[in-house]
Amino acid sequence: MELNANIPSGPIEKAWETHRFEMKLVSPANKRRYTIIVVGSGLAGASAAATLGELGYNVLCFTYHDSPRRAHSIAAQGGINAAKNYQNDGDSVYRLFYDTVKGGDFRSREANVHRLAEISLNIIDQCVAQGVPFAREYGGLLDNRSFGGAQVSRTFYARGQTGQQLLLGAYQALERQIAAGSVQMFTRSEMLDVVVVDGQARGIVTRDLVTGEVHSYAADAVVLGTGGYSNVFYLSTNAKACNVTAIWRAYKRGAAMANPCFTQIHPTCIPVAGDYQSKLTLMSESLRNDGRVWVPKAKDETRRARDIPEAERDYFLERKYPSFGNLAPRDIASRSAKEVCDEGRGVGDTGQGVYLDFADAIGRLGEDTIRERYGNLFEIYERITDENPYQVPMRIYPAPHYTMGGLWVDYNLMSTIPGLHVIGEANFSDHGANRLGASALMQGLADGYFVLPYTIGHYLATAKPGPVDTSHAAFGEVEQEIAHRTRRLLEIRGKRTVDSIHQELGRIMWNHCGMSRTAAGLSQALERIPALRDEFWQNVTVPGGNEQLNQSLEKAGRLADFLEFAELMCRDALDRSESCGGHFREEHQTSDGEALRDDEHYAHVSVWEYRGPEAAPVLHSEPLTFDHVALAQRSYK
Amino acid sequence: MNLTLHVWRQAGPSEAGRLVTYDAPDVSPEMSFLEMLDVVNERLIERGQEPIAFDHDCREGICGSCSLVINGVPHGPRRGTATCQLHMRTFSDGDHIWIEPFRARAFPIVRDLIVDRSAFDRIIQTGGFIGVSTGSAPDANAIPIPKAVADRSMDAAACIGCGACVAACPNASAMLFTAAKISHLGLLPQGRPERTKRALAMVQRMDLEHFGGCTNYGECHTACPKEIPLETIALLNRDYLKASLVSRD
Amino acid sequence: MKWLLRFYRSSVGKKILMAVTGLVWVVFVIEHMAGNLLALKSPEAINRYAAFLKTSDEVLWTFRIGLFVALVVHVDSMVKLTALNWTSRPARYAKVSYQAASPAARTMRWGGVFLLLWLVYHILHFTTGHLHPDFSHTDVFNNVSVAFQSGGKVASYAAAMVALAFHLYHGVWSMFQTAGANHPHVEKPRRWLATAIAILIPVGFLTVPFAIFFGIIG
Repeated sequence: MELNANIPSGPIEKAWETHRFEMKLVSPANKRRYTIIVVGSGLAGASAAATLGELGYNVLCFTYHDSPRRAHSIAAQGGINAAKNYQNDGDSVYRLFYDTVKGGDFRSREANVHRLAEISLNIIDQCVAQGVPFAREYGGLLDNRSFGGAQVSRTFYARGQTGQQLLLGAYQALERQIAAGSVQMFTRSEMLDVVVVDGQARGIVTRDLVTGEVHSYAADAVVLGTGGYSNVFYLSTNAKACNVTAIWRAYKRGAAMANPCFTQIHPTCIPVAGDYQSKLTLMSESLRNDGRVWVPKAKDETRRARDIPEAERDYFLERKYPSFGNLAPRDIASRSAKEVCDEGRGVGDTGQGVYLDFADAIGRLGEDTIRERYGNLFEIYERITDENPYQVPMRIYPAPHYTMGGLWVDYNLMSTIPGLHVIGEANFSDHGANRLGASALMQGLADGYFVLPYTIGHYLATAKPGPVDTSHAAFGEVEQEIAHRTRRLLEIRGKRTVDSIHQELGRIMWNHCGMSRTAAGLSQALERIPALRDEFWQNVTVPGGNEQLNQSLEKAGRLADFLEFAELMCRDALDRSESCGGHFREEHQTSDGEALRDDEHYAHVSVWEYRGPEAAPVLHSEPLTFDHVALAQRSYK
Repeated sequence: MNLTLHVWRQAGPSEAGRLVTYDAPDVSPEMSFLEMLDVVNERLIERGQEPIAFDHDCREGICGSCSLVINGVPHGPRRGTATCQLHMRTFSDGDHIWIEPFRARAFPIVRDLIVDRSAFDRIIQTGGFIGVSTGSAPDANAIPIPKAVADRSMDAAACIGCGACVAACPNASAMLFTAAKISHLGLLPQGRPERTKRALAMVQRMDLEHFGGCTNYGECHTACPKEIPLETIALLNRDYLKASLVSRD
Repeated sequence: MKWLLRFYRSSVGKKILMAVTGLVWVVFVIEHMAGNLLALKSPEAINRYAAFLKTSDEVLWTFRIGLFVALVVHVDSMVKLTALNWTSRPARYAKVSYQAASPAARTMRWGGVFLLLWLVYHILHFTTGHLHPDFSHTDVFNNVSVAFQSGGKVASYAAAMVALAFHLYHGVWSMFQTAGANHPHVEKPRRWLATAIAILIPVGFLTVPFAIFFGIIG
């Protein structure tokens, strides 16, 4: 497999501009002759579909939801970064670029990140013009806050609902194109495979989730904006339907998978309450600005939080990281919480939680100020836990939240299958080994509004895909494979429910491929996952039939892919024998327990190629060079 | 605690539906309402029966997927709370709970508790946007917007498109949904140029989709998980009246 | 006129027309009620007032036709909106629970129908005299004082006024909403105004029948 990242030469500041000029264009009259399939309608998918429609392409957009507005981008709370420097605090495109490369622990491509930082400026302009009601100051200009440990205020936000407002902006632009006839929308349609004809991605096969019918759609290019795979852990902050299917099927058709082990565990989530727990709820990171994180010093503490005297509390983040304290980056804060819980000092019924205490802040600033800052978050917490965080400390615990890994793409966002483009969280591109807060929304929209619409034109103008329609034999074959697989799932009629197996997979992944990983644990997981996969194919039960709305069948299909994907994820984690960003290998840490990178051997993207169901995947690597940001050990002491 | 559920089951859009009674034993008060249904479903599946189909996704009260009319109230008894954020501690041991789908001609039932809310998308298509193509935007700070105006716009923009307003309204009116979008966009300077066109088009589409008219009951606002203010409906009325008088179309 | 047709065909347009025509009738009932109160002053006062109203046939019929047209538009909109609303919610919930709708709002439709039927009776009773045993076109006071000797008549008028109170309360409150007056500053005043109108008008109307029945005037 040849990996050409197609990074433009020349100075990084000019790279994107030069590249845009050098790319071939499709003439306006020819655009409507090209059909582009966009799978997914989140920030990346909706913004791409809308923009491609505006440009005049014939776009088909697919979502498994009942409406494009339901995509999980909607749940992002905090904000979106942009190097506007409206606050005059020294921000710049270069600083955002620098922070992102460093924050990603030097495992991302410099050129991609620089382009992202440049485009961040256009995104905010575009969103404001669309009517996104960002927070404003009394003078009427846009407000910013600092976020995720950044030293400048560059985060734009709309209350705690930034993702929602940005998605609605993209959704509305998309609906406008649907009305104009340039985009055809397919809701409750789940993509089950990519169709490759003569080495080019030429279409997809979907299942209509209401009728069970399998349909083929042909196109000149295919775009996947299908999100991340945190639900491989079963419990995550992702929405219930988020899954790996689209990118996994693309992988099995020849698209390489990059850095699947890079997952982000968010430190401030509401802990698990019981076995019935279906998902985890994130509490905005901003809470750590005023909350103090602690656990009791003694193991098996039984007193209530308020009855534990100050001297018997361990404010472990402040103790270990005196300069950053409670504001230490996500990966570090998460890992520290796990450590104290593993020592038996965790709080709550399950022992899997730490306190986030606002007593000091309330004492210092008054309850009203705290209510003004975090009122809606406190309300969410109270609604879920029935505890009043103004009176008792919150309990929090880390939870899987975002996946930096994904399908490998070049600078043009094209995968190793010509014509198959991947955008947003579904690709591996810009975040390296750890994503900074408020950067996910930025990347999704950058890809969809401002990168893909140019690069896909270049692909079409140079590759000139010939005519192919769904009568081509390749579509029929894929349809049959899908029908066969569905039949198999329905015929097992075993004893175990889909969710029970998913929960078991989640436990394996959380224990062995979660916040910290070891060679021994990963090897164990690599033995248990295939066994669980066999158990699934022999003993799962999927009630109902195919020709109906069947949520069990949907879940079973997604879990079947997670069960295959999980193995690749562990394999990648085992191979990467270093600690970096969200990937912490216990064997590789400094004497005081910090992540220890190995730049000599691992300053590369791990790229996995599928070689068939019986063969092991083959590992390739794309070397990473750092010409602008000097490789350095992150320190938050 | 032990509960008895009366759940609407319907195999398909054109099949007859009925209320079926299920026992929900050993429900923990810490469970969310949907987790309680998950547990009931797991038991059904283990017995080889088809689970109760219901829409849900983010379970954080923001995607607008979850629906359900619980004891006659969309999203259940707790104000300003979507079904997915409702917890079982709101109920008591021995309670009977009626769970029905959102009912409206414009929201045909797909299966069990799942309804088709695509009419909302079609309302948005007619004018629920600002017609600005990618790349043509001026600098974000070029037009100052008073904080109070931006805040009011945000109050309306918080709508999650769940359809509880329609389900709660005895007329199955979509006025609150439509008004929320008209207010969100119309209050902002960026949305002004299309304000007339938007009001006329969105109201026309709303009527075409067979939503009912507003009789100012106020049920919509009470059921709304985001508590979208009723004054948005007044704003819609005013915009529509003004648009009818000034439009040259 | 295409725009007017479009306006009338829309649900919102009909609602606005109901508000406007409702307002016409609110103004009329205030005037009517105030005129009735002249009966408390003296029989001559109200008879003089009645004669004044009939000074000019042109003016009288202009008002009558105006009121009639307003009523037709009001009722026609109501019938069409009701038909729309009923078909919009074909299936009912097994469990019904109102959270916000006031009794006034919920009785608006049938209360309105009752008022319409009662209005026909009222016109036949006191305007044309067809349902009045001892009707005079000039002696209005006599017509009233004869009618309200009967407890049944007083009760029927009282029932109508209760219906009117409910109808006015929700109608007046709604009118602001429908006409687009949404500023928080009007929220409380419109509640007060709706309450005041809903109480004062029916009470004003009922003063004369009760005064006659209890022999205070007559």
